[in-house]
Order: sequence, then C-alpha cells, then structure tokens
Amino acid sequence: MRINCPICGDRDHREFYYRGAAMARPDPDAGEAAWDDYVYLRENPAGETRDLWYHASGCNAWIVVSRNTLTHAITSTELAAES
Amino acid sequence: MGILKNGFSGLRVLKEGLTGNKGWTPHWRDPEPKAEYDILIIGGGGHGLATAHYLASVHGLTNVAVLEKGYIGGGNIGRNTTIVRANYFLPGNSEFYSHSLKLWEGLEQDLNYNVMHSQRGIFNLFHSDAQRDAFVRRGNAMINQGDDAILLDREGVRKHLPYLDYDNARFPVFGALHHPRGGTARHDAVAWGYARGADSRGVDILQNCEVTGIDIEGGGVKGVQTTRGAIKAKKVGIVVAGRSGQVAAMAGMRLPIESHVLQAFVTEGLKPVIDNVVTFGMGHFYISQSDKGGLVFGGDLDSYATYAARGNLPMVEHVMEAGMTLMPMIGKAKILRSWGGIMDMTPDGSPIIDKTDIEGLFIDCGWCYGGFKAAPASGHCFAHLIATGRPHEAARGFRIDRFRTGYGIIDEEGTGSQHNLH
Repeated sequence: MRINCPICGDRDHREFYYRGAAMARPDPDAGEAAWDDYVYLRENPAGETRDLWYHASGCNAWIVVSRNTLTHAITSTELAAES
Repeated sequence: MGILKNGFSGLRVLKEGLTGNKGWTPHWRDPEPKAEYDILIIGGGGHGLATAHYLASVHGLTNVAVLEKGYIGGGNIGRNTTIVRANYFLPGNSEFYSHSLKLWEGLEQDLNYNVMHSQRGIFNLFHSDAQRDAFVRRGNAMINQGDDAILLDREGVRKHLPYLDYDNARFPVFGALHHPRGGTARHDAVAWGYARGADSRGVDILQNCEVTGIDIEGGGVKGVQTTRGAIKAKKVGIVVAGRSGQVAAMAGMRLPIESHVLQAFVTEGLKPVIDNVVTFGMGHFYISQSDKGGLVFGGDLDSYATYAARGNLPMVEHVMEAGMTLMPMIGKAKILRSWGGIMDMTPDGSPIIDKTDIEGLFIDCGWCYGGFKAAPASGHCFAHLIATGRPHEAARGFRIDRFRTGYGIIDEEGTGSQHNLH
C-alpha cells in the first residue's frame, strides 16, 4: 500500500503511523457519552472509511486518508489541518 | 442420543474398516429453519458452536439455532495458528484462560471427537535480563493461577530446541518460559466436534443463513431477518468476530472495536523438526509444526483497519526476517500459502462477553488475535450468561462498559487502552 502524502508525494505505508478513524474531537465539556464515543466507539465500516495517518518517517504531517477497507484502494488524501 | 448411536471408538473404526466404511453418517443435519427458537446464536465459528454445545449440554437448552452466513469451518476457526495456552498475567484474563485450558484437556472426551489436542509445550524465549525478569513475574502469575510455568536458562532451552541461533549478535537467547501444558489442536476438528456435539442434542445448525437484520421492539429483541427468512427468538447472541461491528450496527449499536488483519503462513510438508510451539521474544514470530508436516507461523497485525482478509508485504517481510533471525535452519523451506484473518480488536486487547442495553441481546466479541484457545471457555461462559442472565465467574471481567467507565480495563500488554495499541 502506498499513501500519497500531500507534501511528499507517493510514499510506502511503512513511513506512516496509523491513528484510526478520523473523527471530530468533542468539546472538553461535551460529557461522558460524547467522549466515550470519540475515544472508544467505532463505525468500523467494511467499505469506504476516512482515517488519520501520521507521516512519522517523513514530513510529520497528519493526513486524512479516504480508502476502502475491503480492497485497500485509496481514493484521496488531504492534510488534516485543511480537512 | 445420536452421539451414542454414532459415537466414535476404536471398535467402531475397526468394524467400519472391515465392512467397507459404509456406516459413517454426516456429523450434523442440514435442517430447514424453524419459524421460532428460544435462542439464536449469530455466527457458526468456534465460539458460536461452542456456545450452542454448552447451552445444550450444560444448561439443557436445545431449542437453539446457530446462524452461519457461510459454511462450518470457513471462518477464523479454520484460519489460525492453532495455539492453545494459559499464560496470561492479569486478573480477568488469567482465570479465564486457565478455565479454557481445563476445558481443552477434557474436550475430546466431552465431544467424543478427536480434536488432536497436543500438549507439546510452549517455549516463550527471552533475550535480555529485563525480559527474564518480566517472564519470571508472568510465570509466577501462571503458577498462582494453578497453571504450569518453568523458567529455563539458555542451556535448559538448548536441550529442547537445539536448532536456535543462540549466539545471534543482536538477539542472543537468554532462556525461556516453558509452559508444558500449552500446545496446539486441529482447528477444523474443533469446529466439527462442537457442531456435532450441539447437533446431536437437537441444536439446528443453519449454514448459508446470513443475518440481515435484528428485530427489536420496546427495547427487547424479538428475532432476526435472514437470507433464509425471518426467525423469531426470545434471546439472541452475537458472536461473529471480525464482523461484530456490522452485526451490532443492525441493533443500532456501536462497539469499541476496530477490525484488523493478522497474517499467517504455512510451508510445504517437512519431516518432524519443530516439536513444540516456539515464540521469539524480540520480534513478532511464533511457530509450530502441524501433523501434516507444514511449519505454521505468524506475526503481528498489519496495524490498520481492514476487512480485505489479506495483508501487505511489509509484515510478510518482518515475519520472515524474525524467523530467519531465530532459526536459520528453516530458510530453505518453501512457503506454501499465506492468509489474513479479520481480527476484532478492542482498545485494551481483551475480549467482551456481556449483555447489551437491549433486553435479550448478548454479545461475545473482541477476541483480537487470540480467539482460538479461548473458544471452549468463551462458549462455556457465553452459554452461562445467556442461560442464567448472570456472568460466569471466569469471565466476569469482560464487561463492555469498562472502556466508558475506565473501571476494570484489562491491558495485558501494558501499552494503554486505546485503539491501535495492541
């Protein structure tokens, strides 16, 4: 699997650290249910998903990767800061 | 009872052998679904079949159906490295896997079925003083639980495993924690034996029967929709491993689970060369030899969420490197096949056996990459929960709310309770 880093271009996925589902962070005082949802509970989809990858052995960018969990096909990547 | 009439014995093998083997019959029926059962088990894998077997044999509940979307033995129960052990450290896990190993030791008699359970012993190798200390601690926890653990120094290991590269410059072998009661079993036979045990007591095993919806009314479960029609039930148990997220979603639930891929490999058949189960302490690599002669070995997760049931090459490379580092003698063996199983990973790496917020709906999931050895106790404890409404003593720690509350996290690896750390 190769991931297209918006800054560095196509790179081997070994350069990246996988951080899981790309979810919106709740407000600090959003309450227990919202934080449980954010930290632990997952859609865990079989198909299209958006997840966070950290370019640890590259430019240190956080990247949102849209990909398919059934085929490993990557459809798009964007910087998390701009998504 | 069918199990008595069609029981396996040396005498029967002899009789069938002398009479053309014409008396053997299918191990389980292929019934049409009934309109209603007392209990439905979604998932005909090792855990689901074990649950059905113990519901019938321990609790006398036989108006039960197992719903399997594929065929018996076609999921993770037939795709794993077959290791059976009770070498866990933390309370919660320790008593559960101890319970499971005891069930394994009586399984063939219980099922009247040869699951080829082989207590050939497991050697967990260590490669530094610090790792020895950690293994001493783990071994003491195993002994306190009533199981067996023996600390071996380097020369002690050499008597059992002469073929290791003891003087590897980077990862020399310091010794091993030996778990003599650990070993392997024939994975398909476990599925077949449990299916036969459940079926012979009246449980319907419905293959090619995929659940497409879960019917809930007034906060309670009423039945399921399947590709073979609607089936009513008072109680429904979900035990579907890597597909837990999709099935739970049919009941409007989100689970603390991500599905990942774990790869394993088998070589061509070789003469007996590896007598035990051996694990490398400085990389992800564990190996045993099947009775057919193939070396069966595996590694770590690819470490990203996937349902593709196949991995990427970097982990293949890592596993081969780790194997060659530990035992260079296997270098010329040819890999026959590899596969990737879908693992239901929880944040703390430990499983869930619990009720849900929906009356009559139960869930057994989160087995991560360690479900095979757990199958007997998972089925035994899940059956207890479904039958009595109370958790079994050995599985009382596997609560689904431990992540939300932070109470009772079972982080065996000590790496934290968060997705992607185990």
